[in-house]
Amino acid sequence: MMNWLICGTVPDDNFPLCLGTWMVEKEMLVPVSSFDGSGPIPCVPVRRGTPALSASAILAANALSSSPPALLLAGDQGSGKGSARLYDFLAEWLIKDESANIKGLTFHYMFPSVDGHNRILMALDERKGTRPRLIADAGFMYAAKMSGFAARYDVFTPDAGELAFLADEKAPHPFYTRGFFLADGQDVPALARMAFDHEDSAKILLVKGKTDLIVEHGEVTASVSKPCIPFMEPIGGTGDIVTGLLTAFASAGIPLFQACVRAAQAARFAGEAADPTPATSVSQIMPFIKEGVIRTNA
Amino acid sequence: MFKRLSALLGGNKKSPQKTPLHETEKGFLVFHHTGEVIRAEQMLQKAGFYVEIKGPPPDLRTGCDMVIVFPLLKEFAVRRELEKAGLHPADIIPMRGGMLEPVSLLKTIDYGKWIMVQAANVKITVEKASGAIVNVSGGGCPDVPWLAGLMVGQNIFAADEPRINGQSLCSYALQKAFIEARRLIEDGET
Repeated sequence: MMNWLICGTVPDDNFPLCLGTWMVEKEMLVPVSSFDGSGPIPCVPVRRGTPALSASAILAANALSSSPPALLLAGDQGSGKGSARLYDFLAEWLIKDESANIKGLTFHYMFPSVDGHNRILMALDERKGTRPRLIADAGFMYAAKMSGFAARYDVFTPDAGELAFLADEKAPHPFYTRGFFLADGQDVPALARMAFDHEDSAKILLVKGKTDLIVEHGEVTASVSKPCIPFMEPIGGTGDIVTGLLTAFASAGIPLFQACVRAAQAARFAGEAADPTPATSVSQIMPFIKEGVIRTNA
Repeated sequence: MFKRLSALLGGNKKSPQKTPLHETEKGFLVFHHTGEVIRAEQMLQKAGFYVEIKGPPPDLRTGCDMVIVFPLLKEFAVRRELEKAGLHPADIIPMRGGMLEPVSLLKTIDYGKWIMVQAANVKITVEKASGAIVNVSGGGCPDVPWLAGLMVGQNIFAADEPRINGQSLCSYALQKAFIEARRLIEDGET
């Protein structure tokens, strides 16, 4: 039974829109079953982006002996067409009975569309019963901020650059964040407070950085700085791992604040075990996700 | 709140091409001459972009009395299309927020054998000795993972610049980081 859904894109325009469950084999995501009757679905290499988030979530769920999240994926190399198909599908699917058991959604790399985003929120509003938990990162988080409905989300997972974008109420995209917000020495808790005050923040922020900060309702309530793995920052996909771990912990029923703390810790433990350099690939960290998750129980 | 939103949007499903753009998703293309505006509009429409000619807001009335409203998040692809025709906007500005400038602050972190350059939400890491691009990180639009797949493993002096294949503002940020990283390696400033 599907209880959590990860929504995002695969960087391949030929990849079909598909909803289903997947497993991780070596450095690949391998389809297990589809819920929407779609045809043959190719395997996906785990290099960065939504495939990296998905692989870490599946591996972490396995380590927690819980059901792995299902994936709603679409191919998109940047035109936005695949993302548009995903927005359309999800806005319809969320009001169908087959989605009734969904406890949470994690949104990731999608071409930002305020209209697409708003239709998904409206579909969530139409649903009966408990509202699913909502986690957003990357392009969908940008759309959530641009829409003015960021406060409807439970968790955003920005890095420092993205936090500056959330804090700058005028910026329509991180590329247009004003320099003041990006300056060295900028006070991260103050930026988080600004984002919250402008209603451009989710209820919880997991700010990924040298020290990971967990911010609740504009106030820093936890930080994770050890073990310190400085070479994690340049590796494409390490932020995606954190959001994937958060998804797995939340999907396993761990309260969101605690899930954020454990996600930050588990990513660091996995990184420590992988002993990376700036040239390491995220796929080389994946074998250590299980160990990272287990160590958070200690 | 959502009843109001529903009323505003009509709750209707729209095809991707006709998806209405929110104010925050639009930008202005400003040109010096009216002829350029008209040519740019025709060219962009032909290329499939949803653009409109409008009168400029007061603070943009410096030259031409017309501006083109365009999908801001596709700025990179729009620029490339205009360049093909030799059209160079005098300015490109987000519709909301007044005169916001693209990010210009680049951060560099020296990791010994490697150097990382960050522009806005995107980072590129290059091995100093060889010039090999070893990682691309960040971004939120789907073309950054796509570009990363093309670039990682390439030499920064031989790789296509992100502007060749990128479409989004995230890839534009990657372009800035790429150029700065290449400059640092070339000048030996690492």
